[in-house]
Amino acid sequence: MAAEHRITGARLVGRYTLLGIVAFLTLFPIYTTLVAAFKPGDKVLVNPLVPDSFTLEPIMNAWSDGNLGRYLFNSFVVAMIVTIAQVATSLLSGYAFAMLDFPGRTVLFVAFLATLLVPIEATLVVNRRTVDGLDWLNTYQGLAVPFLATAFGTFLVRQALMAVPGELRDAARIDGAGHLAFLRYVALPVIVPTVGALALFSFLSSWNQYLWPNLITTEESMNTVQSGLTLLRRSSIDEPNALMAGTVIAAVPIFVALLLFQRSLVRGLTSGAVKG
Amino acid sequence: MTNRVFERRRWRQLPVALALLAPSAIILGAFIVYPLVKAVFLGTERCNSTGTRCIEGGWDQYADTFRSTEFQHALWVTTQFALVTVPLGLAFGIGLAVLAHKHLSGVGVFRAIFSSTVATSVAVASLMWLFLLQPSVGVLSNIGWIADAFPVIKQPGLLNDPGTALWSVALSSVWANLGFTFIIITAGLQGIPDDLYEAAALDGAGGTRRFWKITLPLLGPSLLFVLIVLTTRAFQAYGEIDLLTEGGPRPDDSTTTITYLTYGRNSIMATDQGLQATTAVLLFVVLLGLSFLQLWSLGRRVHYGD
Repeated sequence: MAAEHRITGARLVGRYTLLGIVAFLTLFPIYTTLVAAFKPGDKVLVNPLVPDSFTLEPIMNAWSDGNLGRYLFNSFVVAMIVTIAQVATSLLSGYAFAMLDFPGRTVLFVAFLATLLVPIEATLVVNRRTVDGLDWLNTYQGLAVPFLATAFGTFLVRQALMAVPGELRDAARIDGAGHLAFLRYVALPVIVPTVGALALFSFLSSWNQYLWPNLITTEESMNTVQSGLTLLRRSSIDEPNALMAGTVIAAVPIFVALLLFQRSLVRGLTSGAVKG
Repeated sequence: MTNRVFERRRWRQLPVALALLAPSAIILGAFIVYPLVKAVFLGTERCNSTGTRCIEGGWDQYADTFRSTEFQHALWVTTQFALVTVPLGLAFGIGLAVLAHKHLSGVGVFRAIFSSTVATSVAVASLMWLFLLQPSVGVLSNIGWIADAFPVIKQPGLLNDPGTALWSVALSSVWANLGFTFIIITAGLQGIPDDLYEAAALDGAGGTRRFWKITLPLLGPSLLFVLIVLTTRAFQAYGEIDLLTEGGPRPDDSTTTITYLTYGRNSIMATDQGLQATTAVLLFVVLLGLSFLQLWSLGRRVHYGD
């Protein structure tokens, strides 16, 4: 056991105290939100830190009046479309870059990666015109179609497939498997962790989109959770319990999803950071 | 001869490859490459509110916009925002990761807590902070002793005072990014072998020295990644500003960043797609320059192991 790992006595107490203080500060905004979301309106600002009364009314109201049920549904539909499509398009293009040798491969791959340098904010002015021109304002396709592919996913899948031994490919070819059959039955099972991480990452990015749904949604019923919160902020700023109830409803699905898929999330987030 | 066989096989694979690449290429082309190129040209035009009628304004429009008071102000606000959120984000991320890294019992609970803000979207995080900071219906202004100790919290409110608005938004942003930063740096720490510390300890290196000589250098790649992501996020900040201050307080526009200047509902550009395209392209150029600068100046000094 190295000296490094032996912290004792006063230093141990100090370390736990410090951890406790920082943990308290980190959770503070979440705590005050939860307290307010379950308090009746006249009690919210009296002792805002003390959960001295409990009611589900703000949650019910945010769900029905704030229309959050509908927004959650919209967000879910869009995020599912984006996730499935991003996984599919990334598998196909990642496969092409990793497993096939063709003229122009390097140039095309660099071109794909270059799209990652473009901040989404630089494209939305024109994308809004495009979507408007297609008559896709206030539609699911307007919300989803611009994000059906990602160079990040292509890169992840390519990296994972590069690790698949060439002998597997050759063996499958001798058995008469075409490209799609090989991808589906041989390569995919090997890279399931990568695909899982990509799927979670895609879902989260889509779900958390803020600017785009705000730009192309004018009909109240087509808001996503995020742009719905923008509406709620404007309508309910004087009813903090309603506002915080809406915030809780919007946050819960992702908290639950991340609890379930923590491992995938860490893998997805760090795959961008490790050396390729 | 084998060369020719390989060459022929490469060409034979081309159609399949193109077919597999087509779905991605079409989407990336239509919604990233085309809009960027189109925005460069649109940026030379002045348009009406719906973008249906545009008149040529010439390439000067880029220089004019860049030099305009509004853009310069937004660039300065954005730079300040980045200068606060990026170093603070890095410092907190490193501090928390080191603090929670030790082989302490129960450290998993703290790790879960520090990672938790990764689950909050920008809208969720911003509304939580709005409720904390709002001067009349907010938490802090309704806790007697805090409001008494810091009168600015109640009058005019941290988000309404031109001197504190940007820092308050920055604080909410640092908090929202904490989970992400913590996760990346913790993963980086786990890649540092324990025996390095043990050897250093045997050589008599104290905790501080080990931190500067081992931890920080070996975290290099993770820190560079976090640095670039946080800088990019600072320059793209929109949701927190829309929800917390709407670019205000006015008339100073203390929190109008470049992105808010481009897309904000109250922005002076809100009805002119030509000008919006100009600032969008300028944002792209500024961000590209920054990323290359960071990679170029730090990338060579970062140690990637073997």
